[in-house]
Amino acid sequence: MSDILLAVRDLKVHFPVRSAGWRGAHCHLKALDGVSFDVRAGESLGVVGESGCGKSTLARALLQLIPPTAGQVLWLGEDIAGLGDRAMRPRRRGLQIVFQDPLASLDPRMTVGDIIGEPLRVFQPELKPDQIRHRVETLMGTVGLLPHMINRYPHEFSGGQCQRIGIARAIVLQPKLVVCDEPVSALDVSIQAQIINLLMALQRQMGLALIFISHDLSIVRHLSHRVMVLYLGRVMELGHRDGLYRNPLHPYTRALLSAVPIPDPDLERARQRVTLTGDLPSPLAPPTGCVFRTRCPMADRRCEEHTPLLEPAGPGRQVACHHWRRNADT
Amino acid sequence: MSETVQVSSSEAPPHPLQEFWHYFSQNAGAVAGLVFICVIVVVAVLADVLAPHPPFEQYRDALLVPPFWQDGGSTRFLLGTDDVGRDILSRLMYGARLSLMIGAMVVTLSLAVGILLGLVAGYFRGATEAIIMRIMDVMLALPSLLLAIAIVAILGPSLFNAAIAIAIVVLPHYVRLTRAAAISEVGKDYVTASRVAGAGRMRIMFITILPNCMAPLIVQATLGFSSAILDAAALGFLGLGAQPPTPEWGSMLANALQFLQRAWWVVTFPGLSILLTVLAFNLMGDGLRDALDPKMKV
Repeated sequence: MSDILLAVRDLKVHFPVRSAGWRGAHCHLKALDGVSFDVRAGESLGVVGESGCGKSTLARALLQLIPPTAGQVLWLGEDIAGLGDRAMRPRRRGLQIVFQDPLASLDPRMTVGDIIGEPLRVFQPELKPDQIRHRVETLMGTVGLLPHMINRYPHEFSGGQCQRIGIARAIVLQPKLVVCDEPVSALDVSIQAQIINLLMALQRQMGLALIFISHDLSIVRHLSHRVMVLYLGRVMELGHRDGLYRNPLHPYTRALLSAVPIPDPDLERARQRVTLTGDLPSPLAPPTGCVFRTRCPMADRRCEEHTPLLEPAGPGRQVACHHWRRNADT
Repeated sequence: MSETVQVSSSEAPPHPLQEFWHYFSQNAGAVAGLVFICVIVVVAVLADVLAPHPPFEQYRDALLVPPFWQDGGSTRFLLGTDDVGRDILSRLMYGARLSLMIGAMVVTLSLAVGILLGLVAGYFRGATEAIIMRIMDVMLALPSLLLAIAIVAILGPSLFNAAIAIAIVVLPHYVRLTRAAAISEVGKDYVTASRVAGAGRMRIMFITILPNCMAPLIVQATLGFSSAILDAAALGFLGLGAQPPTPEWGSMLANALQFLQRAWWVVTFPGLSILLTVLAFNLMGDGLRDALDPKMKV
């Protein structure tokens, strides 16, 4: 596979935590615990999971904004895990991020032109100011902003416009991969669709690969080629979009999918729901064996004692469950 | 419809200075402060021409003459004379030079060093921060005037050394303020975005973070300007700042305290000068902060 851009192998991010009280016991919060996946050029990988499952940590760990505790992040075949800011700098050209909160990710004291042009000024210092201005104005047109707004400040824009600015900043260096960390969850539904379509159009035009992190399964289905399901910092299931949505193998994936509303009321009433009970267990003290067993309808003794490994389950499909074969039939 | 209006209104973006003045001029108090400061600066610069008498000339025939509107006053000495017959108006004009110079020197020195140390402490955290902040805590723990006296005693008494001593004494305030602001900014997404955009440490500290920390610093600096004038006066009173014949507002005030009952003008006019100058700087500082903050613009 020569077209693999990013290969993540057994990535772990643990945060040291001290429990309450003077000289409290040290323990580790396992935000990510052994995540592995590949991203190929031009494809989009959707990452789904509920709050606190490590989605945003994954985004930041991929860009080395949080140093990974263990594991490899192979960017174009080269391990970048744990590289410092200085060493990461030349590699950031190809690897960019779009943040969740559109306004907070823009410097309130910079004009839009300065914000979008900042990567250009850093990476191509030979460009003259009017060349940068020209590139920025062209790009503003591409992402659907009016180029004459170049001298305005972020707070003068709406949330959707701010996210367009954030996207423009991410693609100004023509990266190969953009990590989108819940880019639309702070926006209105009508604006969400515009931003999603913009991302998809840019992906087609520029051959971008996207890692699209979201808790909204419908959006992920709309734009992903492949989907990865995270639970408590571990991969539960990974597969091509159609296969995964049509025939979810992991009980957690099934539960997630059955929570997505169906617009047709008849179908909605007729279908069987898999409802989960209880809350996400504390990542400070995850359950033994399978992390999902405390809420799983299929859990048994085996799940308690043996941690299920991610195993192949059909072409391009991986599942971490002892009982996936039972789900495969239904 | 609204779009066409926007296009026409932003066809020629105003020059940044023009834009700054537009917002600054909306604040009447700030403009008044600026005007007063300009007047003081002009008076200080042109003191040689404007002052009716030399500042050190002692008119032995006119000791403690009241201002011209009072009984016994004359237009020869508009604001009266002090206990050795020197013209108060002339001394105030020359004193403006020294007071403004002290204020500017103290604020520039402490702001420059304070921003540097505060940003480094707030950005790097860890051991660097601990060392810088503990030193600042030690400086804060000593009574400020005592510390200033100690520093002047080491450097030798003069107005210039007094300014350096005051700058060192007020330094912890700027460091703490900058550090606190920097820490709250460092964790924000736009700083992370800057890192992803490839910005180096220097660029992140000075171009990304610093402008977002300036609002409290500008206000502190304008307040510091006034307290610097007062501190210099205190040192002058103790004989460690401006040396006696020098017409410095603070020492004029301190030297004349004993005449408060008999000759109110000897004390009032230097005090009034300090008050008005301090007030003008504070008003201007408020206006500056509002005009420099893009969020205040509509």
